[in-house]
Amino acid sequence: MGWLVIGLLAWLGGWAINIRLAALPKSRLTGLAIPVIFGLSLVVIWESMVRGFDVSPILLPAPSAISVKFVGSLGILWQDFVQTVVKGALSGYAIGCGSAFALAIVIDRFPFLQRGLLPIGNFVAALPIIGMAPILVMWFGFDWQSKSAVVVVMVFFPMLVNTVEGLRATNMMQRDLMRTYAAGYWQTLLKLRLPAAMPFVFNGLKVTTTLALIGAIVAEFFGSPIKGMGFRISTEVGRLALDMVWAEITVAALAGSAFYGSVAMIEKKVTFWHPSQRG
Amino acid sequence: MIQRLWQRVAPVLSMVAALIVLWYGAAIWLNTHWAEDKAQRAGVTLTTAALIADTWSQEKPKLPAPHQVAHEIWKTTALKKITSKRSLIHHSKITLSSTLLGFALGTVLGITLAVGIVYNRTMDMSVMPWVIASQTIPILAVAPMIIVVLNAVGISGLLPKAIISMYLSFFPVVVGMVKGLRSPDHMQLDQMRTWNAGGGQTLWYLRLPASMPYLFTSLKIAMAASLVGAVVGELPTGAVAGLGARLLAGSYYGQTIQIWSALIMAAMLAALLVGLIGVLQRITLKHMGMA
Repeated sequence: MGWLVIGLLAWLGGWAINIRLAALPKSRLTGLAIPVIFGLSLVVIWESMVRGFDVSPILLPAPSAISVKFVGSLGILWQDFVQTVVKGALSGYAIGCGSAFALAIVIDRFPFLQRGLLPIGNFVAALPIIGMAPILVMWFGFDWQSKSAVVVVMVFFPMLVNTVEGLRATNMMQRDLMRTYAAGYWQTLLKLRLPAAMPFVFNGLKVTTTLALIGAIVAEFFGSPIKGMGFRISTEVGRLALDMVWAEITVAALAGSAFYGSVAMIEKKVTFWHPSQRG
Repeated sequence: MIQRLWQRVAPVLSMVAALIVLWYGAAIWLNTHWAEDKAQRAGVTLTTAALIADTWSQEKPKLPAPHQVAHEIWKTTALKKITSKRSLIHHSKITLSSTLLGFALGTVLGITLAVGIVYNRTMDMSVMPWVIASQTIPILAVAPMIIVVLNAVGISGLLPKAIISMYLSFFPVVVGMVKGLRSPDHMQLDQMRTWNAGGGQTLWYLRLPASMPYLFTSLKIAMAASLVGAVVGELPTGAVAGLGARLLAGSYYGQTIQIWSALIMAAMLAALLVGLIGVLQRITLKHMGMA
């Protein structure tokens, strides 16, 4: 009973503080503090609900139990992280985004390819590509190469569509100006069109960060060596060791946020001129 | 008219044709090894023509040729009874129902959150960052746990899969709807104020109609995401039923043709559902005078 009261208090208290803070003029501090307080009160509510209702750890472990498990198995978590994120997701992300970017520039050069490939690209971007995972695992084996291949296929089309759209972002006036400067194709591309495409390119890069992680983890469900986050999740679920599963989820969430955050930070540096970054 | 249509369709068709040619070529390349192996053990040498014919008609090829997949789909849809467990239509129906349920739940949740975010400053500042953060968690990776845990509580069948679909589909709806509900400019909002319209009336007569184009765009993304959620949600249930189960069963037994046919079926389902929303979008926007 006591725990339930604490949970209720955390909820009301957190919400009250946030209402106060939200009424203050918007600043960097309130923009950071409010979501943090909201998140913290959620964790406290979770903890007290689990303790108050005596929820079995097989169903939902408490945050405290998860953090204990997390600290206790740092070695395994690190090994899984390297296998899945560094070897699988990052390599596939680099190959997939790089080749999609290159192909987008080629497509942009030839209007026929553009009219033919873009509808197909849009179509494929909406497909359940993750279903390719079992096939690619069959082709490339159980180790990280197949995970990397799944990631390549998953990030390729969103990236392609975004980049092609970005290359079209310049208007007639700007291109005419380049022509009056007697700029050739490559100069126009490097000096005008690629910089103008950057907001779209980064949109693609950001969207695909989560896809890359998902691809690498889900591909491990179809076969993997005895390490990796997807492997760990599926085997620990089988053993009903949910605290370990949640520890892996924490790693995945941290990795995903850090990945997304670092791309967003590069974006801020590169596209500082764009209205959405100046606000 | 026809010529303009042709101008749009011709490049796409030629690309599709090129892809199919490429697919046949890849099938030869990937399946040659096995064909030669087989021939060697049988003690015969294959002519090039026989080799190619063999690569396009193996039982468990590395990459099945398009006609093999088409044949498998035809065999498992048209020639099987719908109630049969081998019928792809049966499996598609199961996947479709959890997709649609998850999509409906996700849309309702997304619109509710968006309205709350637009009308409540506290909610905007505390919930919105977490909505974005929630998507950096690879939920698909957590899907097996959700399914297993909900099963342990006694919830099984459609709902666990639908919950995963919901989690994937609510995000695009929230983001799109927040943008859409905020799209009316100051002039229009001031006009509502001069008419002495309350919050509810502004929402109903101005903000919601203004958000329709945004809503439909997000719904298309949400539908595709929802289908992915349903397919992945079917993996950990032990390959019982649904397109995801077909994928898993196929990968266990090396039935590549079965994997590809389930994959193509899922693709057709996605195209159909997204296309349906596109039609709805055109009708609605035309009716509202926006398209």
